[in-house]
Amino acid sequence: MSHEPGEQRHSAMARVAHWCQALAVIIMIGSGWRIYDNVPIFPFEFPYWITLGGDKYLATTTSNDWGTGNAIAWHFAGMWLLLFSFGLFVLNGVLTGHFWRDLLPLTPRAFLRDFIAAATFKLGHRLGEYNAVQKAFYWGVMFAIAMMFLSGLAIWKPVQLGWLTWIFGGFPAARVVHFLFMSAIVAFMMVHVMLVALVPKTFRAMTLGRAVDVPHGTAVGAAHE
Amino acid sequence: MNRLVTVDPALRRAVQRRALLRGGLSLGAVSLLSGCDLTDGDAVQAALHAISGWNDRVQAFLFSGRRLAKEYDAASVAKEFRYNAYYPAQDVVQIDAASYRLGLAGLIADKQPWTVAQLMALPRSVQRTRHVCVEGWSYVGQWSGVPLGDFLRHVGADLHAKYVGFQCADGYYEGIDMPTALHPQTIMAVMAGDEVLPGKFGFPLKIRVATKLGFKNPKWVTAMYVTNTEPRGFWSDRGYNWFSGI
Repeated sequence: MSHEPGEQRHSAMARVAHWCQALAVIIMIGSGWRIYDNVPIFPFEFPYWITLGGDKYLATTTSNDWGTGNAIAWHFAGMWLLLFSFGLFVLNGVLTGHFWRDLLPLTPRAFLRDFIAAATFKLGHRLGEYNAVQKAFYWGVMFAIAMMFLSGLAIWKPVQLGWLTWIFGGFPAARVVHFLFMSAIVAFMMVHVMLVALVPKTFRAMTLGRAVDVPHGTAVGAAHE
Repeated sequence: MNRLVTVDPALRRAVQRRALLRGGLSLGAVSLLSGCDLTDGDAVQAALHAISGWNDRVQAFLFSGRRLAKEYDAASVAKEFRYNAYYPAQDVVQIDAASYRLGLAGLIADKQPWTVAQLMALPRSVQRTRHVCVEGWSYVGQWSGVPLGDFLRHVGADLHAKYVGFQCADGYYEGIDMPTALHPQTIMAVMAGDEVLPGKFGFPLKIRVATKLGFKNPKWVTAMYVTNTEPRGFWSDRGYNWFSGI
């Protein structure tokens, strides 16, 4: 989408796809944590209150189940929402040229430069422009979601899609891969939400469709509120 | 283009505090979703149930009667199987081999009940496959017994019927689709490893379905029926997906 310097625009399609993905990812992670807690693969559990899958005490009383059944129902419903919204997002990004225009080029040198600048709080932000760290993060999270689908399919269908399970190193290994990419997505979301809080106008752009920086020359901190 | 800017440290701290606050708010949103009132609501449950029904159809479509579950070597077989039922191991039903009968019902021509000796005398197919629990744990086990499809043909079952259902001595009940029932790795297991099926693991009869999750493998089976009405399942009655193929 063409824009003026310091202006950020998101099409309605991109916004719908973004927010549906956000909802789907929250459903998948919340229910995934409840499923994980039933038989943890690492020596820790997620706190019950943050997991999704109904009242586990009620489920234990009525069904002798820890709410895993409900969490699985959420997980296998959420996957369709994620599939469609992710598909829409990628298709939109490719067809409108948004990915090529805004998320490329991306070189290791630029990434290193911007990463160091960000780590030392010297990286500025201009609406509508993506620095190399952001570009890498967006490609990374899209890759992680794609890997969640693949490792999830390997866990769901280790017989019918046995070749896929084999690629991930077998059924138990596929569960670990699924967990690791979940962790990557959670890490992305934490940074993503934190940065939106730092530059709230990006939130405005992703909801209302457009936001602009105040005239140039202002320090980033003063640029919003 | 990126600009190098300096930010007042006090301002930065304020902004970071706000970021933390917002993080807290979004965590709150997640916990709202997980709150019992919303997710146990009838409308939400009805929607989830409907999608689960759709997932049954997707899985039936993905299923191939010819695709086999991976077979493992003898060394991969777990030394001890994991006990699993909806009650603790000390409550396992003790089945008397002498008085046991496998009852047959529904769309089956020869409904003569079967004794343990008769079941043991049937030709056995051996499999070393991975038992996958819906909870995520799994192990490789060895089971042997007559393929269910061979048995159904032998007793003159209507193979065009849609389902095969099972009743168990402990009150458990399950059912599978006919294509899965006719799969070569769906067997009427009477042996685990080189032993007669132990009491803890379903003596005298467990239906081993290598293409389904563990809970679709009923143990202590006392009756079997062929039907066109989808048989209910113990765990699918409690919110789990009915088809549960793997």
